[in-house]
Amino acid sequence: MARPRFIVVGGGLAGLMTTIRIAEAGFPVDLFSLVPVKRSHSVCAQGGINAAVNWKGEGDSPWRHFDDTIYGGDFLANQAPVKAMCEAGPAIIFLLDRMGVPFNRTPEGLLDFRRFGGTLFHRTAFAGATTGQQLVYALDEQVRRHEAAGLVRKFEKWELCSAVIDEAGHCRGITALDLTRMEVHAFPAAAVMLATGGPGMVFGKSTNSVVNTGSAAGAVYQQGAYYANGEFIQVHPTAIPGPDKLRLISESIRGEGGRVWVPRDGRPWYFLEDWYPAYGNLVPRDIATRAIFKVVFEMGLGIGGEPMVYLDVSHLDPVVLERKVGGVLEIYEKFVGDDPRKVPMKIFPGMHYSMGGLWVDAGQKTNVPGLFAAGEVDYQFHGANRLGANSLLSCLYSGQIAGPAMVAHATGQATAPADGIFEQEARRQQRAYDRIIAMDGPESAYLLAREMGEWMTANVTVIRDNRKLADTEQKLVELKDRWGRIGIADRGRWLNHDVSFVKQLWNMLELARVITVGALRRDESRGAHYKPEFPNRDDARWLKTTKARWTSDGPELSYEPVDVSLIPPRPRKYDVTDAAESHA
Amino acid sequence: MPDRRTIEIRVKRQDGPDRAPYWQSFAIAWRPQHNVLSALMEIRTNPMTTDGERVSAPAWDASCLEEVCGSCAMVVNGRVRMGCTALVDRLDQPIVLEPLTKFPVVRDLVVDRSRMFEALKNLRAWIPLDGTYDLGPGPRLSPEVQQFRYALDRCITCGCCLEVCPQIHRDDPPGTGFVGAAAIAQALLMNLHPTGQLNADERLDALMGPGGVASCGNAQNCVEACPKDIPLTHAIGEIGRQTTIKWIKDIFVR
Repeated sequence: MARPRFIVVGGGLAGLMTTIRIAEAGFPVDLFSLVPVKRSHSVCAQGGINAAVNWKGEGDSPWRHFDDTIYGGDFLANQAPVKAMCEAGPAIIFLLDRMGVPFNRTPEGLLDFRRFGGTLFHRTAFAGATTGQQLVYALDEQVRRHEAAGLVRKFEKWELCSAVIDEAGHCRGITALDLTRMEVHAFPAAAVMLATGGPGMVFGKSTNSVVNTGSAAGAVYQQGAYYANGEFIQVHPTAIPGPDKLRLISESIRGEGGRVWVPRDGRPWYFLEDWYPAYGNLVPRDIATRAIFKVVFEMGLGIGGEPMVYLDVSHLDPVVLERKVGGVLEIYEKFVGDDPRKVPMKIFPGMHYSMGGLWVDAGQKTNVPGLFAAGEVDYQFHGANRLGANSLLSCLYSGQIAGPAMVAHATGQATAPADGIFEQEARRQQRAYDRIIAMDGPESAYLLAREMGEWMTANVTVIRDNRKLADTEQKLVELKDRWGRIGIADRGRWLNHDVSFVKQLWNMLELARVITVGALRRDESRGAHYKPEFPNRDDARWLKTTKARWTSDGPELSYEPVDVSLIPPRPRKYDVTDAAESHA
Repeated sequence: MPDRRTIEIRVKRQDGPDRAPYWQSFAIAWRPQHNVLSALMEIRTNPMTTDGERVSAPAWDASCLEEVCGSCAMVVNGRVRMGCTALVDRLDQPIVLEPLTKFPVVRDLVVDRSRMFEALKNLRAWIPLDGTYDLGPGPRLSPEVQQFRYALDRCITCGCCLEVCPQIHRDDPPGTGFVGAAAIAQALLMNLHPTGQLNADERLDALMGPGGVASCGNAQNCVEACPKDIPLTHAIGEIGRQTTIKWIKDIFVR
């Protein structure tokens, strides 16, 4: 075989890191992205990236980071990969520092670290409060260097249609749609990385970018890739409600001293500090979100009776705020119009992150040989609830190990793919678009998507009820039926967003079913998955990874045991200082 | 005071790169907190002009909707800005949307800004790493230098600074026109890093040729238009100084 080429789909942190690692090994990479890679959703990450370097002399260690992550994730993550990630953390921060990321510094010129949710240590390196942006740019620059050297070809404004899978079930490449010319082409590769991010748009409004449809994951799921733990959806406690999206207000605001409160009897009531004295405002996100729901919906204490609570930094030094979280305060100022240095921000929880994703093994391989996944689109590192500032780390770590794993996979490949499979798959995908462009029904794809988002947000986020989940599953089946009666306003064959969106919507509906059915089936409460009917974690029955396999009748679920070989599961209670802090 | 019942939007449309532009007007119901992009999304659910004609929805670029991805730069009521932070209640109506004028139109409000990314390639705007394996911590840096580099590193490559620059022209042949403020600031970002500084001369060389820093006409529009308050004129001044020193040094070395 000729020198192997590789494909990376997705230009966020995980995809860029994978690309760099393959190019560094001397192999060519075709990098596909919906947007110019510098505009990928990873730029939206704000607060920072975790690594236990213990530069504050607090006795932190990768093991404690590992323990916080496993405990924060309510013991659902397989432990060996998480341990490896936490151990790799310090070297990843140092690498980013060498790439020129402008991390905040101490007076001594060293990296500064701040506190984040779910830990008692200062473990989070940060570049202002736009850390994801600075990280993407640093990796984008390295990829551009490899591009200038001829090792990387970028296909920006292209969308994945499908994996090309041969008769033996091996992934041999992809088909992709040129979003400007609206043409499908097939691309062979020795291995394919899917680093396509999360499915925020399935929930209509979320903190995610509009490109985060989950469509690529939905496409390969329908081709046989397993989707794991889909029901674990993180709702971030602090976002600005808006008509188009829920804009994130970073956890770093609380890390730097921001306090959450509601008025009660004419005075501020700092309910998180009251209920969780050890962690205070920095309890994990699922805990903070449920606390806000309780205060607003059960106790009726939302601001002015509305679903909102205060997030307050007005007591903090504005100079320090500018240096450490200026980027976030700017977002609030620009979209709400108030100055958070002077008036408390009004916030409410918003869908933020999917812990679930494509099933992968410890080498980021999906169950389809030759197809890999990394970043938010995989399910690997966060269990039932992700800790803040662990996502950037998991993106970079998974990309870092996946690149060499893909190269190793290619060298083990003996035979060339059969003739014709690429043309055949490209034709099949082109026909699918041709059918969409001719759709002539009364339904609007955008309104169907809105309906899906409203149902998913109402019934499959913070509080889950089996009856409502079953109704939602029915609704999704109905929406899939109505999908067939969509009408297309734009029949042009030049940059036609409607056509690609209709295809994305189908894939989103497929993922929505995985998320909903997974939640319906799991009769317990664990991390972000909370059923008042089953308020406790049930390790005997549910210490298991959900694996969804696509069938034409809906997702077929199976369960596999979780690796708990290193830290035995213990009750998760943030209202008292965790016992493990002393025994770790 | 804007009309609180409807929002009227006029969009300059163009079906493709070589097609003639034309105008269409749309109206949607007012609601609080609309920005230009959320209004366009609303139009998309039922694209019909105010004349009652069913049309295709206008095309635009967007991703993050919170002014950090850099996608949605457009000309709003005659001024270049990001569509996401253009709040409807603060705009005169009808709201007039046009594509950037200094870049080739792909369709409607979507333009091709690849020249900005090409410029970064030509400037070698990266730190040449030995490799991604573990080589220990990076160099120490004062908080002051870090803060200044951070300000430069917030560039979202939106193109607002190029749009307002009199030295930039849509028909500049590739690689010959003025490189623009955004790229010059990126060269400074790299040159201010202790490792990046090792290759500072390569970046300065690239900026001493045609279309380099000397092509700046000092109009200072860029710094006014930048949505991220990047100290662009400061960066141009500093790179100008560095290139002058290098020019003198080159004479003696030669």
